[in-house]
Amino acid sequence: MTEKPYHDIPGTILFDAEQSRLGYHLNMFCMSLMKADNREAFKANERAYLDRFPMTEAQKQSVLDRDWNRMLQLGGNIYFTSKIAATDGLSFQQIAAMMSGVTQAEYAEMMLKGGRSVEGNRSKKEKNRG
Amino acid sequence: MAKITAGVSTSHVPAIGAAVDNGRTGEPYWQPLFAGFERSKQWIAEEKPDVIILVYNDHASAFSLELIPTFAIGCADEFAPADEGWGPRPVPVVKGHPALAWHIAENLILDEFDMTIVNKMDVDHGLTVPLSLMFGQPEAWPCKVIPLAVNVVQYPPPTGNRCFNLGKAIRRAVESFPEDLKVVVFGTGGMSHQLQGPRAGLINKEFDKAFLDTLVSDPATQAKVPHVDYVREAGSEGIELVMWLVMRGALDDKVNEVYRFYHVPASNTAVGHLILENPR
Repeated sequence: MTEKPYHDIPGTILFDAEQSRLGYHLNMFCMSLMKADNREAFKANERAYLDRFPMTEAQKQSVLDRDWNRMLQLGGNIYFTSKIAATDGLSFQQIAAMMSGVTQAEYAEMMLKGGRSVEGNRSKKEKNRG
Repeated sequence: MAKITAGVSTSHVPAIGAAVDNGRTGEPYWQPLFAGFERSKQWIAEEKPDVIILVYNDHASAFSLELIPTFAIGCADEFAPADEGWGPRPVPVVKGHPALAWHIAENLILDEFDMTIVNKMDVDHGLTVPLSLMFGQPEAWPCKVIPLAVNVVQYPPPTGNRCFNLGKAIRRAVESFPEDLKVVVFGTGGMSHQLQGPRAGLINKEFDKAFLDTLVSDPATQAKVPHVDYVREAGSEGIELVMWLVMRGALDDKVNEVYRFYHVPASNTAVGHLILENPR
């Protein structure tokens, strides 16, 4: 893996060439959920529907587990994985809460108070200094 | 001759579209945001543009990973609202201006901006939310719209400098179109926000306010800011702000700032908005 200037930004995976290559089939599975028929087929039998796509086993499991951060690590892009959330009837804010490890109420409260501060969140070094 | 008279920038948060479509704009959460656009609705009703060139990004609606154009210009007669997974937004079909769009496409390519020409494309919230904010809920949009889609989903997006120079080239192209048309350029997206991962919810008011100031008064300096600064300071999705530089490049170096609005939050996002006019 080539080191990039953005790799030291904490809690963030940029959807660069490396991630895009890794996640192509995962993201194209997500894209298929734009069609109502496909959403129904997925909901009826998630595993069988996932098996239509040449995704890795880990990618399929991350979808079945609704492990939103894991999907991103495995090459998912948030605009694609959010289509799974839409299929589940979840809002962007609900999955944002899950990805940042807090309840939706806590997340909504943080946003109302002006959002997550950039202080301490600019770099892994800064974050680890706490 | 066609002329660019003004530029508008605004965020394009999908939840804003949902609030409009579901009649929730008067709720306490949303009221301050929509109040901030009342002045803008008056302004555009008086400005009466013939055409809007609307710079936005598609969010895995028209473009999946099969095809990722860096800059794409919509040359069709019309563009339908996209089904983003819960049915299309109940907003009017967007009417294009094929003659001007093709003229811009030809001129940009000869000006060394290698545009992707799009003859069929559904438009998602990135394009329709700014129209809702500026025009409310009309039966039909009151002017023609040329969609100009910029890739900001697959990293890297075009640089701020490239976007700024594209704006300048768009102006040259528009001003060589023989018909008398009043054109307004929209730059959309941003401001600070991050939708993904453990850092989701990032907002940086200081960065946003400095961006607004510099974009207005010294855009050439803003154009030099590298991607990593946007990502670090304004969140992974804050990088959409490069699209505002297209709008700014299409205007004079010195502009009149007619209006500015800033509000946190709309869902996960800091909402920013500018109306800038070329001196008359």
